Amino acid sequence: MTPPTPSAAPLEVTDESAEKSITSPDSKAGESRSPGQLAWRRFKRDRTGVISAIVVIFFFAIALAAPLISKLYGKDPYTTYASQDPSLLDAFSYPAGANGGMSSQFWFGIEPQLGRDVFTFLIYGIRTSLGIALAATLITTAVGVVVGVAAGYVGGKTDYIVGRIIDIVLSIPSTLFIIAFMPVVFGLFVAADDNIPTWLRATALILMMSLFGWASIARLLRGQVLGLREREFVEAAKVTGASPARIVFKELLPNLWTPILIQSTLLLPAFVTSEAGFAFLGVGMIDPTPDWGVMIQRGAQFYTQDFTFMLFPGLAMVIFVLAFNLLGDSARDALDPKSKR
Amino acid sequence: MFRFLVRRTIGALVILLIVSAITFWLFYAVPRDPAMMSCGKNCTPASLAQIRHNLGIDHPIPVQYWYWLKGIFVGREYSGFGHCNAPCLGYSFANNEPVFGTIMDRLPLTLSLAFGSAVIFLIFGVGTGMIAALKQGKFLDKFATSASLLGSSLQIYFVGYIALYFLTFKLGILDQPSYTPLTDNPVQWFSGLLLPWIVLSIIFTANYTRMARSQLVEQLSEDYVRTARAKGLSRANVFLRFAWRGAMGPIVTVFGIDLGTLIGGAIITEQVFSLQGIGRLSVISVIQSDLPMLLGVTVLSAAAIVFFNIFVDAAYAFIDPRIRLA
Repeated sequence: MTPPTPSAAPLEVTDESAEKSITSPDSKAGESRSPGQLAWRRFKRDRTGVISAIVVIFFFAIALAAPLISKLYGKDPYTTYASQDPSLLDAFSYPAGANGGMSSQFWFGIEPQLGRDVFTFLIYGIRTSLGIALAATLITTAVGVVVGVAAGYVGGKTDYIVGRIIDIVLSIPSTLFIIAFMPVVFGLFVAADDNIPTWLRATALILMMSLFGWASIARLLRGQVLGLREREFVEAAKVTGASPARIVFKELLPNLWTPILIQSTLLLPAFVTSEAGFAFLGVGMIDPTPDWGVMIQRGAQFYTQDFTFMLFPGLAMVIFVLAFNLLGDSARDALDPKSKR
Repeated sequence: MFRFLVRRTIGALVILLIVSAITFWLFYAVPRDPAMMSCGKNCTPASLAQIRHNLGIDHPIPVQYWYWLKGIFVGREYSGFGHCNAPCLGYSFANNEPVFGTIMDRLPLTLSLAFGSAVIFLIFGVGTGMIAALKQGKFLDKFATSASLLGSSLQIYFVGYIALYFLTFKLGILDQPSYTPLTDNPVQWFSGLLLPWIVLSIIFTANYTRMARSQLVEQLSEDYVRTARAKGLSRANVFLRFAWRGAMGPIVTVFGIDLGTLIGGAIITEQVFSLQGIGRLSVISVIQSDLPMLLGVTVLSAAAIVFFNIFVDAAYAFIDPRIRLA
């Protein structure tokens, strides 16, 4: 096994050269750069970061363009192709061809039993999973930032109450709670034994994951704000009569973008894997909705007979999570050059 | 120390009370009526009321919660089902058994799984992290860093099946995962749980390697480490008694959280390897809409998390004498 080597060597070199180039005379004298531009320059020199960014963008592009790709490819994730052409599956309903039935017609093979197309199922699955994870990340970050900044800035009783709420949320076993409450949430909207619409499943998942995700971000940002609140520039702004809104948006938030961005890059892959985990357990998205976790769950049913089917969603997820983690690390290095991993 | 423990235990109990109340309220406020479900098609109002009474859901929710709390200390009588002895966390009507008994049946497996893998990932994770920090920038460090980065991007529901497919199904090196109580047959206990331990450890090992390495690298660049070296203390002494001691804190914190979560049920691991532990119990309870069982499991998991937090804070005081427990 050769693990991809995100070697530390180019990182160190780029760090040095980046610092040199910032101070070097050949960067036009007198031209000033914003911290964002500096971070972008540092990031561009980080080869691992750029490659992983390309991989991550590739995944998002696939997710966005899934309908287009499947149109060009001429198949969709719902049709059971085996019922049109029974020769695709053998007598035991496993793909007739080698390697899970991979062929020029079915690039990633066909699904055992139902005979759906693996390729389109996977790209639509990535679309569902990334969509849910992205929405959950945005909501979690937004709520976490608002609560954390408010608690830290207002202080006093608000801070105390928010702090205790965070304590309680963090001591709840979140995975178990979400598993337990998904049926409860559905019960609130849909009568028992009715079919649960897909959008409701997705919305419930997003809300439940956000419900348990915001607390750690809020706690982190609260701490940051507590530190920033006592700094001179905030005091100066107060003395000059700046409104609280101005202090929060113009003085505090610009200093918080780095931790916010870093936290959300940690959240997204975590949400992708846990969304798939819920689908795998049968409490998240369910068949026939194409989903990363649904695919793995389907694969688990016949992994001893047709291992190829399991391999595609599994490997795709490992590649995505790995690339995103590397991207997160690089973003951290670029945004916060002092931090040493 | 004593005062700290008393204070934190009371705090933990308060949190548990709130968590269980929230869980209770959410479960029993749902429009899905468990009595209706078990009453069936030819349901007369009289038999529905009888079932309500038997299930103990014929009172308002706060009263029901009070009965539930009381049951933990003095036990409870379920008419038509039987008596539920003193630590009574409720009665599972789907299993026709008290919740507490079922949880106690499943707990040994989950504890074996949690502590067994904890031993593996602590030794390998922290060990590899230490070596990587010592050999900073060398080949070994780069290899460990890359491997741990890959490892932490893996998911149990993928690696687990890969391991099952190759090690058990194709090559037959490891046994099909199963659970035999340690007291019955230690050898079988070990061989049955080896595969789940290994798979569960891969991901945790990777995280602990990353954490131990970064903590140690940070500590090794501190002034006090340089001073200790300059005083003439040996490299090993400085590394273990100075740098490692400073690096331990965050690792212990995360370890406490991880262990608490694992005891609450390594849900996906148990599902992958079809082990009948707490995690699988909760998944099955969801499928069966077994609310009393879910409530019991949730409270138990929350208790595990809360009490490991106390354990971590107490351990912190031993590691870092600057922290006073008050």
